[in-house]
Amino acid sequence: MFEQAIFYIFAAMLIFSAAMVITVRNPVHAALFLVLSFFTSAGLWLLLEAEFLAIALVLVYVGAVMVLFLFVVMMLDINIAELREGFARYFPIAALVAIVMMYSLGTIVGPENFGLDQVAAAQGHAADYNNTHELGMALFTRYIWPFEIAAVILLVAIIAAIALTLRATRQTKAPNVDHQIAVRREDRVRLIKVDSEPLD
Amino acid sequence: MNIVALIEAQLTWLPAPAVVTLIIVLKILCIVVPVMGSVAYLTLAERKVIGFIQVRIGPNRVGPLGLLQPIADALKLLCKEVIVPSGSNRFLFLVAPVLALGPALAAWAVIPFDAELILADISAGLLYILALTSLGVYGIIVAGWASNSKYAFLGAMRSAAQIVSYEIPMGFALVGVLVAAGSLNLGQIVEAQRGGLGLFSWFWLPLFPLFVIYFISGVAETNRAPFDVSEGESEIVAGFHVEYAGMAFALFFLAEYANMILISGLTAVLFLGGWLSPIPGIPDGIHWFIAKTAFFLFLFLWFRATFPRYRYDQIMRLGWKIFLPITIVWIIVVSAMVVWNVPPWFAA
Repeated sequence: MFEQAIFYIFAAMLIFSAAMVITVRNPVHAALFLVLSFFTSAGLWLLLEAEFLAIALVLVYVGAVMVLFLFVVMMLDINIAELREGFARYFPIAALVAIVMMYSLGTIVGPENFGLDQVAAAQGHAADYNNTHELGMALFTRYIWPFEIAAVILLVAIIAAIALTLRATRQTKAPNVDHQIAVRREDRVRLIKVDSEPLD
Repeated sequence: MNIVALIEAQLTWLPAPAVVTLIIVLKILCIVVPVMGSVAYLTLAERKVIGFIQVRIGPNRVGPLGLLQPIADALKLLCKEVIVPSGSNRFLFLVAPVLALGPALAAWAVIPFDAELILADISAGLLYILALTSLGVYGIIVAGWASNSKYAFLGAMRSAAQIVSYEIPMGFALVGVLVAAGSLNLGQIVEAQRGGLGLFSWFWLPLFPLFVIYFISGVAETNRAPFDVSEGESEIVAGFHVEYAGMAFALFFLAEYANMILISGLTAVLFLGGWLSPIPGIPDGIHWFIAKTAFFLFLFLWFRATFPRYRYDQIMRLGWKIFLPITIVWIIVVSAMVVWNVPPWFAA
């Protein structure tokens, strides 16, 4: 009863904030609503006893990805009128894509595939149940190869992204910090012994 | 605990969920009120310590030895007007200080003060801490953007890049701790540091590079000197909170100091054995936790009085090119120590 109330509060907030992400005019507000929707979905995952995934969602998406996202969005000088220009023209195509996506989502996660007759109802666990431990065991035994392959793919993506930024020869002038920090007194200051001259 | 049972016995006329909620609220108050008191007196301690380091006396006018100074400061800030700049985004401008303070207080829920003194003894405590400390940056970013001011915005941008960078070595340092302790629960991490050697059984010795990196990253994460480029008085006036006045400004101040206490307490729990006593034979207790936290708080003040501010590109270099490789190498070293049961810390 109490859990259901919490579920409906979080679910309503999630749907509201997800709708606001695509409807508000200000891109910074949209990004902040996306943060709120990540938060509420993390709350829903906590209700499912998936505390590791819930906290990882907050840590990775809210704590890192969305910070960088906001960072970029705030720097952009977005002209809202320009963004809205093609809205009416592309609306039929957008609606078509939306309907196709809704339909495919519905067929995949619809009640005929995920009903109670296909999937047993989730069982509650005792208070000492450790979701992190269970997840770690599954990832590093049964799913070790998919897990490692996903890690390597991510690594390749990171290296490729960094390599792309280094393609052009660098035109800007920037100080070399390693060089600056490695400077010792001997490089800059020369001590000269000057013999004192006798007074006449 | 006896006190909890005593209160429960008094409240039998209330429905059970109400009693549970009431007790949790009381426990939260028992944490938040001392934290807020510490924040108030930390500001006084800071001014006194820096004063003595600079051969001054520090505040000594309000009350005996200046002990009522924080109360006078709080009253002053309460009486001041909260000015909302005309070009600002009013809602986000007023919400930003709350976003900064909220995570700084919520993280205290999982800190073990003593073997039994803990509000929420959850299995993923370390992850929860990491997630919440990474949220404090929203207050700063939102404040910088909503102020609609150049300096505030520059401060927010600097802070965002800095906190995202230092979160990574901080997270890797925590990975080292959880490899060594074999648990994400903070109470169990402290218990894993119990040993016959007193303070030499604690994790600071086998994890020494991670210990140093964690604390320095913590200083960077709280935007304290020498990493206070987001405020940078001499460069961008006061950074992200330049447009704030009165209580809204005071909330940012509270958040910064609450974060300092939190980072100090966490360093004490993760690397210096929390409530464990440093010498075998002397009883453990909350006073050890408080003493260790106070030690790290003193380091915060000492740093501020001693080091000049880092340049922005030097901060980035330190985080990405020095701390990150060291933490990755040391995680491998720690894993090897755990696998081969290196005594005395990881004896089987």
